[in-house]
Amino acid sequence: MTHLSDAGPAPVLALKDISKSFGAVRALRDVSLELFPGEVHALAGENGAGKSTLIKTLAGVHRPDAGQVLLDGEPTLFHGPADARDAGIAVIYQEPTLFPDLSIAENIFMGRQPRRALGRIDHKATHGATLALMQRLGVELDPDRPARGLSIADQQIVEIAKALSFDARVLIMDEPTAALTGSEVARLFGVVRTLREQGSAVLFISHRLEEIFQICQRVTTLRDGALISSEPLDGMTEDDLVRRMVGRDLDELYPKQDVEAGEVALSVRRLTREGVFTDVSFDVRRGEIVGLAGLVGAGRTEVARAVFGVDRWDAGEVEIDGRKLTNGAPSTAMASGLALVPEDRRAQGLVMDMSIERNIGLTGLRTTVKAGLMDRGAERSRSLDWAVKLQVKYARIADTVNTLSGGNQQKVVLAKWLATGPKVLIVDEPTRGIDVGTKAEVHRLLSQLAADGVAVLMISSDLPEILGMADRVLVMHEGRLTAEIPRSEATEETVMAAATGRAAA
Amino acid sequence: MADSALARAVRWDTVVGALLIVVLLLSFTTVDGFGNALNLSFLIGNTLPIALIALPMTLLVVSGEIDLSVASTAGLSGAVMGALWNQGMTIETIIPICLLLGVVCGLINGLLVTRLGLPSLAVTIGTLAAYRGIAQIVLGSDAVTDFPTQYLDFAAGRIGDTFIPYAFLPFLVLLAIAVVALHATPFGRSLFAVGASEEAARFAGIRVKRQKLILFTVTGLMASLTGIFWALHYASARFDNATGLELSVVAAVLLGGIDFDGGKGTLGGAIAGVFLLGALQNVMSLQDVSAQSQIVVTGVLLVLSVLGPRVARQISVARAGRRAASASTSAPTTS
Ligand SMILES: Nc1ncnc2c1ncn2[C@@H]1O[C@H](COP(=O)(O)OP(=O)(O)OP(=O)(O)O)[C@@H](O)[C@H]1O
Ligand SMILES: [Mg+2]
Repeated sequence: MTHLSDAGPAPVLALKDISKSFGAVRALRDVSLELFPGEVHALAGENGAGKSTLIKTLAGVHRPDAGQVLLDGEPTLFHGPADARDAGIAVIYQEPTLFPDLSIAENIFMGRQPRRALGRIDHKATHGATLALMQRLGVELDPDRPARGLSIADQQIVEIAKALSFDARVLIMDEPTAALTGSEVARLFGVVRTLREQGSAVLFISHRLEEIFQICQRVTTLRDGALISSEPLDGMTEDDLVRRMVGRDLDELYPKQDVEAGEVALSVRRLTREGVFTDVSFDVRRGEIVGLAGLVGAGRTEVARAVFGVDRWDAGEVEIDGRKLTNGAPSTAMASGLALVPEDRRAQGLVMDMSIERNIGLTGLRTTVKAGLMDRGAERSRSLDWAVKLQVKYARIADTVNTLSGGNQQKVVLAKWLATGPKVLIVDEPTRGIDVGTKAEVHRLLSQLAADGVAVLMISSDLPEILGMADRVLVMHEGRLTAEIPRSEATEETVMAAATGRAAA
Repeated sequence: MADSALARAVRWDTVVGALLIVVLLLSFTTVDGFGNALNLSFLIGNTLPIALIALPMTLLVVSGEIDLSVASTAGLSGAVMGALWNQGMTIETIIPICLLLGVVCGLINGLLVTRLGLPSLAVTIGTLAAYRGIAQIVLGSDAVTDFPTQYLDFAAGRIGDTFIPYAFLPFLVLLAIAVVALHATPFGRSLFAVGASEEAARFAGIRVKRQKLILFTVTGLMASLTGIFWALHYASARFDNATGLELSVVAAVLLGGIDFDGGKGTLGGAIAGVFLLGALQNVMSLQDVSAQSQIVVTGVLLVLSVLGPRVARQISVARAGRRAASASTSAPTTS
């Protein structure tokens, strides 16, 4: 990697002294940023630091209260995402924005499909172009399937493909890798490197610090909306970066306590959902954290959904504390002490138009009740309690959750489920989009829950997280459980081998 | 955040409540014959059918569904009441049978929606036609008018010389039950979640289908109760009783700020909407506006009521100095 000096080329895109407030919240204060061609620039900061706001301001989604956006040194004002796109800026937003009823190909080429005579859309060309993009990213997604029902990871991949589909001079990516596993990330980085070599400027956000060090040359750090530093990554350590982000040194990221495993709390026997997963059996004991690893699409999320009851299973059974669960009944699963933190916080985890208080309250509709009526005092204190425990950053507990930053929304989902005091906790990508500081906090919390006798099943695409936290690692490959690896033998190699179907375990 | 504060300041249901008061005051001072107790009791009595059905309809719309068959259920229940009365059954046996019939009508709607996953708009347009057709088969073109006088008196009379119809009192009880159910119970709380995001509600362990089934059933029950009240109030059971009433109910509920997309609104707003519509209809009758023109007005109100809250929201968003930001391709992103 060549070191780029500041005396090099002029910035393609720059922000100068940008400020942006939402009511009383000052999301950005006097922030400046320069993006150079041929450079991958990282944007780092805690949840709610203002990263996504900065990107939306760059892209013309938000209008800055003060300051300028400079394109090739000229002050510009984008009047919306379409303007930014016409200027050659491709943006992947933190939350996928696909149209559920359109196909993957239509989503990617929205409004600019290849045409045939008389302006008819050339479906064949669209299909082909989409396939080519998918190949470039190394994934097998059918261009003609509708976006509805795609996993979060697949949605992210479609968003990435969409951004790559026009030759952007500037590529902006807000946590594109949050739900991806190692191999998809590697593919994405391959594409990003090519773009960089071709002279594109890239802005990249991720809470996985190792990714920043892998792909970026420069990093800008924000804290509470203010610019902390903008400097080359060369010679920096992860600790340096963390210190700039959180203003202090960090505790252990994987504070795993050793716990003696107790009785079996969750028992899954020969569970099958046709065409999705087959013959899946495993146990999780009290006090244990069991990691569930696998590539995107291996069926991990689907198993969790079936166990919790939002999907029905076709064969097999699930027991909690020796008592069988009813097929397809989340309410009885909850009553038996099961909790599921789902992967898609915006569609499944939260009612976006509802307040933080009521979202957390939704899982307490049986408990915060007095004489059949809602006990509002109890509901509020329960919600406040957990919002504080998880350090959710909000202005008022009665604000709707769509005013929160992505990571803070994730914390609300965790709060909502931890508040039920579960016996068995299934977490699907629990730290997706959560900053390092809070990640450590969530890990500490999970570890403490296990120590208190909760059985934890943790699905994660973040392999270091699995390796750092799990007592045992289950690996799925194409809908089947292919390996069970004890903590002592779990390494990146053994897990990846099983995940890609290379190992006979 | 300034946005939500502002939105709270110009809440639509408050606007409708204020509008109701303005319309009442204006009518008292400018419309001849409006303010006397007899007319007011007519106003309330004629509005009660809308109000009765608006109670469960509000809950249904909050949960993201709708029932357009309510007027036909009311008509069917009136027709069956007339037919059974003609056969010499006592009214005390007839009424429970009619209520049960309403439950069945509602249950059919609910099962079609929840078991087959059909959209309630389509299902209930179908049953709107079907239930009305059955009503005509049951009673033909007869009009049954000779119900027992104490029942007719209860349904049409008022308390002494006051403006309060007898039937208003049981309505107040039902209103109180509905307010508590929607705004103070876990059931009501979960309806808002279901209406705003059915998937998230399911992931929170809320039994969405069962809830909707209950709501459709209660709506059928209330519709048949309304049909019974209607036949007694107007002393006439005909197959075409209450035709078009669903339009008034939906208009009133939406006018009261219940979001057609579900998840938003208050029963107070809905009832304010009901009586606003009732007052306007009463004033128009006093001014000799024809029934057809009244339907036009109801239709226009329906459109305005869908538009109104949206415009109010747009204004508060614009005033908070924010542009409705839509990320790259679609609207449902954070802004
Ligand atoms: N539409 C909005 N209305 C009100 N406040 C908002 C809105 N969007 C963002 N904020 C606030 O602005 C601040 C910055 O949010 P932003 O989404 O930029 O954070 P972020 O750095 O992207 O965090 P994360 O890592 O969690 O994604 C937060 O305090 C957030 O609550
Ligand atoms: Mg963000």
